[in-house]
Amino acid sequence: MSLRTIWRKAVNMVMLSVTGLCALFAVSVLLLILGYLAYHGASSINLAFFTNLPKPVGEAGGGMANAILGSGKLLLIAAAMGVPIGILGGVYLAEFGGRIFPFVIRYTTDLLNGVPSIVIGLFAYAVAVLPFHHFSTLAGGFALGIMMIPIGVRTTEEFLRAVPDNMREGAMALGASKTRAIFSVIIPAAIQGIATGLLLGLARIAGETAPLLFTAFSNRYWSPGWGQPTASLPVMIYTYAISPYDDWHRQAWAAGLILLGLVLLVNICARLILSTRAAQARQ
Amino acid sequence: MAVITTAAAGAGFHKGGIHAYFRRMRAGDAVAHIITLIFAASILLITLLLVHQLWLASRLSRAQFGWKFFVTQIWDPVFDQYGALPFIYGTLVTSAVALALAVPIGVGAAVFLAELAPRRISNGLAFLIDLLAAVPSVIYGLLGIFVMVPLLRQYVEPTLGKTLGFLPLFQGPALGVGFLAAGAVLAIMVLPFIISISREVLLTVPVDQREAAVGLGSTRWEATWKVVIPFARTGILGSVFLALARALGETMAVTMVIGNDPRISASLFAPGYSIAAVIANEFTEATGELYLSALIELGLVLFLITFILNGLARLLILATESRSTQRSA
Repeated sequence: MSLRTIWRKAVNMVMLSVTGLCALFAVSVLLLILGYLAYHGASSINLAFFTNLPKPVGEAGGGMANAILGSGKLLLIAAAMGVPIGILGGVYLAEFGGRIFPFVIRYTTDLLNGVPSIVIGLFAYAVAVLPFHHFSTLAGGFALGIMMIPIGVRTTEEFLRAVPDNMREGAMALGASKTRAIFSVIIPAAIQGIATGLLLGLARIAGETAPLLFTAFSNRYWSPGWGQPTASLPVMIYTYAISPYDDWHRQAWAAGLILLGLVLLVNICARLILSTRAAQARQ
Repeated sequence: MAVITTAAAGAGFHKGGIHAYFRRMRAGDAVAHIITLIFAASILLITLLLVHQLWLASRLSRAQFGWKFFVTQIWDPVFDQYGALPFIYGTLVTSAVALALAVPIGVGAAVFLAELAPRRISNGLAFLIDLLAAVPSVIYGLLGIFVMVPLLRQYVEPTLGKTLGFLPLFQGPALGVGFLAAGAVLAIMVLPFIISISREVLLTVPVDQREAAVGLGSTRWEATWKVVIPFARTGILGSVFLALARALGETMAVTMVIGNDPRISASLFAPGYSIAAVIANEFTEATGELYLSALIELGLVLFLITFILNGLARLLILATESRSTQRSA
């Protein structure tokens, strides 16, 4: 073997191993994050964390019950706003529509999806906080709802397009109108995928902090109704993490572990469902 | 009479009625079309309203400072003087650091997943990397504060200062918080985007390109480096643009580790500030119309930058994918 061949083979080996190391690095970051959170967070999770209100500064203990409920309420509003617009908009893109207008809508949807979440927060502040002169759960939900819309539209369109055309033709050959075909045949065929995709979207916005800072704000007490500022898990993690108190740091770890655990759980389940569906579709 | 009417109606179904039936059906379709159209159009409306609101709400600041807003270094709420330069600088520097770290690692990992790893392992690893993309940014910030910052302060920054300290980039006291910390956290956050999009783009490169290169005597690495990557470069560039758009707009993780100090420093060890971070930190405390308006103008700037980058990224990815399908067809 000539020297040059040996050199080329050596470069080949080295560079290929380097790419392997890069992949290893990326995956190990995930495991590190999980491990570190579990290590620090697990010891602070107890029943009080789920049932108690935060204690005043200086007193140990207390929990984040109000933040957990607050996050739930915010997600509920976000879903109530994002899911209908997302699904019906997606139906339009996949089943109706001509050439130019759907292109514009699709492009705008992608654009809205890429808008930094802090800018969405500014928008929600201008529309839903400023006119009423106070922070509220509704304003926070509105901000998250706007983030939910593009996810809903793209998910719905994608799964509707995956429904084979002969199902549409079959429905119409049996005398169904287009509307009937869409709502009785095509959407039911795609609903599992759409629901899973929407769940993934909710998991994504559940961790959003920036749009809530000046819409839902925060609250150390329960937030009755929908018109008061409310605590939420991500904002609590942020406030507690940048505070100077050790006990708050511990609680931030615990809240982080719960949030990450929920988000990853939804992600893993959803992706497993989607991949088995894809496998069934191929058969 | 009744019998006759029924009979007539029955006959009518065979003649005019069927048309009426179809007309009703079409009318129903038209209604559904219009309703879904309204919902689809509402997306357009919301986006336009967003731009409109930001434009309106930043009116005071635009009128007061004009274009000078972008080149002024002073950010002083007490004297109502606002200049965006330190924030624009901080946003650009942290994103540049993030890309410098994440692009080589990300493309390397994508090459491994697309070219070397067996399909099963590649899919498994890609699954884990997609999970990494799902981690909320506040969690990255949490780990940034308690893991990354101490690590940088105690080990990385002193070492860099000793070895590369002759460069102005690596001078000054090792504080931990600063441009480098923000860039490093951002790098980890954008890594999954670069990997998963680059991997997809690499997988669309036709197999005969690789076979031809190997057939001419290339090693596996040479085939990848000289044939496959150049073929996919526009798509990879697209993934980098998407990552950049994300890095520029990222708020929480950066706010938690950048140090929040509106100064322009050459050193990466120094604390700084970014556009998103200053909005997150000061918006609720901003008193005074001009102060709020200046912060909203920063938001508008951020929106426009990410708008342009996202558009470019999508065009690039589309271009590669259509090229691949043309070649393989």
